[in-house]
Amino acid sequence: MTSFRMDGGTLIDRDDVREFSFNGEKLRGFGGDTVASALLANGRQLVGRSFKYHRPRGILTAGAAEPNALLTIGRDGRRDPNTRATMAELFDGLEARSQNCWPNVDFDIGAMNGLLGPLLGAGFYYKTFMWPAAFWEKVYEPLIRKAAGLGRASYDPDPGYYEKCWAHCDVLVIGSGPAGLAAALTAGRAGARVIIADEGAQLGGGMLAEGSMIGGKPADAVLADMVGELHAMPNVEIKKRTTVFGAYDDQVFAAVERVQKHLAETAINPNRAMERLWRIVAKQVILATGAEERPIVFGGNDRPGVMTAGAMRTYLNAFGVAPGKRVALFANNNQAYQTALDLEASGIEVAAIIDPRKCPDIDYDGKARLIAGAMVRDTAGRKVIKSIAVRHDDGRDEVIAVDALAVSGGYSPIVHLACHRGAKPVWSDEHVGFLPPENCDGMVPAGAVAGNAGIASCFVAGAKAAVSVLGVLGLTGEPASLPGLEQVDDIAQGTVAIWSVPPSKGKAFVDYQNDVTAGDINLAMREGYDHVELAKRYTTNGMATDQGKTSNVNAIGILAQNKGVSPGEIGTTTFRPFYTPVSFGALVGASKGFEFQPVRKSPLHGWAARNGAKFVETGLWYRSSWFPKDGETFWRDSVDREVRNVRENVGICDVSTLGKIEIFGADAAEFLNRVYCNAFLKLPVGKARYGIMLREDGLVYDDGTTSCLAENHYFMTTTTALAAGVLTHLEFCAQVLWPELDVRLASATDQWAQMAVAGPKARDVLAKIIDDDISNEAFPFLAAREVSMFGGRLTGRLFRISFSGELAYEIAVPAGYGESVADAIMVAGKEFDIAPYGTEALGVMRIEKGHVTHAEINGTVTPADLGMGRMVSVTKDDFIGRVMNRREGLLDPMRPALVGIKPKSPEDKFATGSHILKVGDEVSLANDQGYVTSMCYSPSLGHAIGLALVKGGPERYGEEVVIWNGLAGTSITGILCNPAFVDPENEKLHA
Amino acid sequence: MSSLVKCPHCGSRPREEFTVRGEVATPRPVAGADESIWFDHVYLRDNPRGQHREYWHHSGGCRRWLVLDRNTVTHETSNVVDASTLKAEGRA
Repeated sequence: MTSFRMDGGTLIDRDDVREFSFNGEKLRGFGGDTVASALLANGRQLVGRSFKYHRPRGILTAGAAEPNALLTIGRDGRRDPNTRATMAELFDGLEARSQNCWPNVDFDIGAMNGLLGPLLGAGFYYKTFMWPAAFWEKVYEPLIRKAAGLGRASYDPDPGYYEKCWAHCDVLVIGSGPAGLAAALTAGRAGARVIIADEGAQLGGGMLAEGSMIGGKPADAVLADMVGELHAMPNVEIKKRTTVFGAYDDQVFAAVERVQKHLAETAINPNRAMERLWRIVAKQVILATGAEERPIVFGGNDRPGVMTAGAMRTYLNAFGVAPGKRVALFANNNQAYQTALDLEASGIEVAAIIDPRKCPDIDYDGKARLIAGAMVRDTAGRKVIKSIAVRHDDGRDEVIAVDALAVSGGYSPIVHLACHRGAKPVWSDEHVGFLPPENCDGMVPAGAVAGNAGIASCFVAGAKAAVSVLGVLGLTGEPASLPGLEQVDDIAQGTVAIWSVPPSKGKAFVDYQNDVTAGDINLAMREGYDHVELAKRYTTNGMATDQGKTSNVNAIGILAQNKGVSPGEIGTTTFRPFYTPVSFGALVGASKGFEFQPVRKSPLHGWAARNGAKFVETGLWYRSSWFPKDGETFWRDSVDREVRNVRENVGICDVSTLGKIEIFGADAAEFLNRVYCNAFLKLPVGKARYGIMLREDGLVYDDGTTSCLAENHYFMTTTTALAAGVLTHLEFCAQVLWPELDVRLASATDQWAQMAVAGPKARDVLAKIIDDDISNEAFPFLAAREVSMFGGRLTGRLFRISFSGELAYEIAVPAGYGESVADAIMVAGKEFDIAPYGTEALGVMRIEKGHVTHAEINGTVTPADLGMGRMVSVTKDDFIGRVMNRREGLLDPMRPALVGIKPKSPEDKFATGSHILKVGDEVSLANDQGYVTSMCYSPSLGHAIGLALVKGGPERYGEEVVIWNGLAGTSITGILCNPAFVDPENEKLHA
Repeated sequence: MSSLVKCPHCGSRPREEFTVRGEVATPRPVAGADESIWFDHVYLRDNPRGQHREYWHHSGGCRRWLVLDRNTVTHETSNVVDASTLKAEGRA
């Protein structure tokens, strides 16, 4: 295919040729490739530009830590910016683009920033954009915003579907390298419920890069056997492409599974999730997350073609990709030499091995020239590496021509998950890295994360860890073994710390993604920001999307070296979830668009819709707010007509959203007596009563009616808004305050369709469908009982209660009958000119009648403030709020209290929220007399009316006041009055 | 924060199913108690660093009121019991 694609490659399928585009150019790869391996196979070492200096960047790693090769993949709604090319699987038709470059990646205007390097050092923002203050909004911020960010998000909605799930297991194995596989096999064979999760497309972790033989068998065959056995075990669940990104309390782990992100658009099943967010509850956890190879900080270490040694080995062995034709290795440890051996075995020339150790303790039998005690100081090459400058032990410099450089600065255990709950990792001089904390909070680290080195050693450690957690679970298991590999000791790495090399002209990068150099860290130290947390924020080291996976330990090392202390004394910055970036799609899950939140529909919703209702969202509910008729173009046309029709004829309104609570028990009456401030003990069977609930602090909580349907059976209604709150409150009273009372509560809000039939002709309508006698004598005001309907075919609950102030009933029927009954009432009412009315008309009529809602019951009022002080029992021993309701301040006669308010000139209007002032007073807080809580246009009176809470309220009926609207800057003259604008004598109610 | 809360009726359940009410304050005073005792009951709350005895409602589960210890430093929860047991101990 290309000169960079070699033979071999355990992960790729050469029969599966896949076409993709990179910056518009058509390229080819194979099934099993990542975008990174496919680009390298096509000789594309330059893939992007860096964040600050716009330097050419290539591919540094072969995994999750990749700081450089961030691409925008996909298009339209499926466009994913900042995707790591090393993690993105290649599919046919994939479109990838470089980021942070203009006009293109090869010629980028922004690279001029590189010349401004001296100006763009650490603390640049803090120093440059200090003053003048006026420049912030107009100059600095727009500039910074324009330059900030990497890839750009799509403006199109993502057509993909996302979901969230829970999973439970005995043993969660995080990572599927040799340690994870051994642990899963051991635990699985012992019968434990196992979940093994790995972020890769295939299980195997570090084994996937292993080109050598294991016990006389090729490594990939050994791996296939193990994976096959895991697949065959019903108690083992394998989660591939699943990143465990957070460790939370109680052994709950968050993971994201990329279910279909690796598929071509044509192959995506729209009924399957694109990504799935898992919360995994594990009894025991084995942390087998491996270790991250560190780059070395030297001049020009970011030039495309520089790659970690392990990544180079992965591309060679797993993907059959040659990193170059003439390669050098710069390493401070023994393990990295394997890369040189594998390169040579593949016929690639290894020009030199540069090892800063003077006498590396290693048996290297390759052909490459070994330069001990030396360092790579600099690299050269415009867009890709052409040569390296080596500083020999004796101070001599040598330039060696290469087209790729493998780098290994040691291994950093991937301890993130062990530290997410706050524990700090522990520095190990022996491993030259931070190991997981001693007490990992129920996690057992095994393998490279615990400092093990070599496949055999990691495998044995994983199996041993599994046996130990099986013991905790009360299971017994035999440690899995790897035939042919008897060596169980860790391979001696011999790593010698090397944090930075002698300075050179080239920039030596610590954090590739945020363009932080060794010079920046030194500058931060000179300026006093030498604490690891301060240095991080001052230089932004480790604050990019890769969160410093390849840079943090090097930065800590540089700080330690400069201060002459151990990296352990410097310590790490805090590890927080998420381990790698998680898409908003996965976090949002299904909660978007129509599924953003549940929709609650009344049982009468269909009836209302058929009658042309306009719906309004109140909380989760959709309530019918008005029912326009032909020719009505303005909402108030409909509302005024609906009100007049109720006052003159009859109307029907859906009140199903009111909270409904069934209350049973021998002590139900006593219970109600204690939760309401008014008396309920002697409420007879067949009667409803209006009740006010107080909070324990003596202020009003909620109001509603409660009916006694039978001995020990009551039915409570609450306001729509507090339906859930009241039930919770009653449960608290019943369970905690008075567990000795025999009372049971059940919410029945959704079980009943309830409609108000109101107006002078309401009885005439209902009499046609209700079999029982509902005359005023047989069914007087506040009667409440079950009635037979439609010739005995249905039993409903009839309540003679009124919110509108008219002769009114509420009829409740089982929810499923709601629409039919409402339709039947419409038919029965046709001759009486019945019309549906909505919540707007309901609101108008309750204001006309002076009834309160939560506009008035606003958490600051007592029953007395609402004109209902006499309802509060003075004879009951105890009820919620009794004592505090009598506090001195709540008895003050000058407290704001409920009044009606109307304009002096009928044509004047005013707004809810307007404040009340005495005529002639200045507008000031001191002069404030109260405010308007509700207002509407009253069709019955022909002008605006309102309710207000005004100091000394009822004493001031007839007083002229100023209604001041501070928002609109208007004032009108108003008159305070009785809040019952309509039928103050309640004659209609009792008609 | 505890990810899971051990409901005595439902077992270990995700914390999202629960609603916190607040501290288990002084018991609800008897009807004739002095006003100052009522003031303490209604308004006086501790804000300790460490163990905090709280009312939690299993609102998305069995709808029982529970009492548990929440460590205000680590947000770990423990010692969960049904709140109806408090009254007998004179604590509700």
